Amino acid sequence: MSKKDDSPITSKQFMKELHRYKNGSVTRRHFLGVTGLGTAMAVMAGTVPGLFPSIANAGNLGTRLNFATWPNYQDNDNLAKFTEMTGVHINLSVFGSNEEMLAKLQAGGTGWDVFVPTNYTISTYSDLELVEPLDLSKLPNFNPTTNEERFMQEGSINGNTYAVPKNWGTTGFVNNTAKTGTNMTSWKEFWEGSMDKYSGRTIVHDYQLTTIGNALVYFGHSFNSVDEAELAQAEKLLIDVKPHLFAITSDYQPGMRNEDAWLSMCWTGDGKQLNTDKPEIEFVLGKEGGEIWSDFYAIPKGAPNLEAAYAFINFMQSPAVNAKECLAHGYPLVDSRATDLLPKSVKNDPILYPAAELLSTLEFGAAATLTNPLRAEVMARFKSA
Amino acid sequence: MSDTTNIDKKRSLVTLLMLLPSTIWYLLLLVLPLIFVLVFSFGERGAAGGYVPAFTFDNYLNLMTRFKAFTNTLTLAPIGTLSCMVIAYPLAYYLAVVADKKVRLLLLVLVIVPFWTSLLIRTYAWIYVLGGQGLPRLLDFIGIEGVRLANSPTAVLIGIIYIYLPLMVFPIYVSLEKLDVRLLEASYDLGVPPFKTFLKVTLPLSIPGLATGSMIVFILLMGEFLIPAMLGGGKVFFIGNALVDTYLQSRNWPFGSAMAMSLVFIMLVTVTIYMRFMLKKGIGRDDVSIM
Repeated sequence: MSKKDDSPITSKQFMKELHRYKNGSVTRRHFLGVTGLGTAMAVMAGTVPGLFPSIANAGNLGTRLNFATWPNYQDNDNLAKFTEMTGVHINLSVFGSNEEMLAKLQAGGTGWDVFVPTNYTISTYSDLELVEPLDLSKLPNFNPTTNEERFMQEGSINGNTYAVPKNWGTTGFVNNTAKTGTNMTSWKEFWEGSMDKYSGRTIVHDYQLTTIGNALVYFGHSFNSVDEAELAQAEKLLIDVKPHLFAITSDYQPGMRNEDAWLSMCWTGDGKQLNTDKPEIEFVLGKEGGEIWSDFYAIPKGAPNLEAAYAFINFMQSPAVNAKECLAHGYPLVDSRATDLLPKSVKNDPILYPAAELLSTLEFGAAATLTNPLRAEVMARFKSA
Repeated sequence: MSDTTNIDKKRSLVTLLMLLPSTIWYLLLLVLPLIFVLVFSFGERGAAGGYVPAFTFDNYLNLMTRFKAFTNTLTLAPIGTLSCMVIAYPLAYYLAVVADKKVRLLLLVLVIVPFWTSLLIRTYAWIYVLGGQGLPRLLDFIGIEGVRLANSPTAVLIGIIYIYLPLMVFPIYVSLEKLDVRLLEASYDLGVPPFKTFLKVTLPLSIPGLATGSMIVFILLMGEFLIPAMLGGGKVFFIGNALVDTYLQSRNWPFGSAMAMSLVFIMLVTVTIYMRFMLKKGIGRDDVSIM
């Protein structure tokens, strides 16, 4: 493999090194050296003030922080670094859907300090008074002008900021081209192939928004439809597909990796991780549409460690920390200051940063889908069919 | 005379005090929540989920939409219990009757050892064993092609047997270990062949262990949700899975409550029938509670 002058390391090599480093096959020094990150960080630390995290007020943060988030969605080094700097230990809980997070917060007594809601849920959280309006003076690292507006806007309601951006991404599907023998571009191929040539080889999410949404776009309806007739069509498709499915689960990496499954609905970061390890697995954005989303950091009402929560969110907003997150999990960044720190190969990666025309058909999830009883019931009926 | 009444009074006071903690425990943590669930089951779902007071039977009338979850549970729970029984009995028999003391201790420890690892991790391991790169690949290698185990009822059954087997082994083992060897000797002395002795003496005397073991396994299986969720790939759905979904995804507490109440009802009926059957086999009430 030849190296071009402007990119000291290709994204593939980078992810490979990253995996070797994470597996413990190589040392941190080797990793930073071979990827060029060590030099980059050292140079930037000297020239850009405020780039690296500093903790104000570190004495009064307590010793514990309860963080509710999604699977494979953080850089463990960043978390360790935060603990090292503040003495605050992070207690991580991982969830499978926004619905489940909402259910836990509605029931009360979660003890969470920071959680990671997706764009379409925040208005419901604020209506139900389940989230704390954020005091932005405690988040000096958050810069609204460098965050991309469309990924940030749903965090603010009536002039109050309830949540600040974490990452954005898309929901498409992965296709093991070595097994299916073909490249794909549409949900039509995904659904029809699942019922035909690839019977027994498809995974759909255990998540109403994406599973129902991607069935809806197949019929040309909106990803967010709550129309009864349209949902009935989607339900019929799902129930027809069900006997042909390999699984209904949001934990689809194991199935794809050991080749039990050839097709799976998939989020950006998982697509990147799979494609890195098995290049024959391609990440596809269905041309009919699908989901584009952004995740946020928010603080639930009554968070027991409020100051630690602010310190943590502020820490994660510092560009160097944020960039490291992206390199660890493969989800694109909202803050341009952090994106600028990424290697060119990552910034040009078609999975992380797809071409604009592929994104143009995608829709942000709508608040109505979260609380709509019909969608919840369609999903539940599909699963127990 | 007054002395004895005083002693009686003291005794009943002591009895009362000793029963108080467990009574409060049951009232607060079993009866009260059940009353809540019962009341919820007649309510309606709130706009954003949860519970809104109402009085409707709709939740119960909707239960048929979860028919598959009920039939899955009501077939795989008894099959799982029976399979555990069939596999556990010879093992327990070997442990209690055949194995010599040193080996027995070692084997008993081996039966317990899996409990030291989290249930979740052990179940997760099965995903890989049953997956395409695991057992099916091995079968493929020896010429049995195209076997697919992952995410099937068979996979769930394998998981059930693996996880629940020790719970069946121990009660049977305990009842066999207490077996008075002289009874067997008497049987042999009277010229009864070994197999018949087993059927006429050993087996009936170990029924309390079988009854206890199968009751424990069956009751836990009826509420099982982890194994079907992980080894059924979301396709082999139990009532437990339907409940988790209804509470956590749909946030439809009233419907979930109706499901929970019907599960309680089904359990009461099946357990009663089962206990009646076991008691008819000539086993005293006291014996059944042995463990």
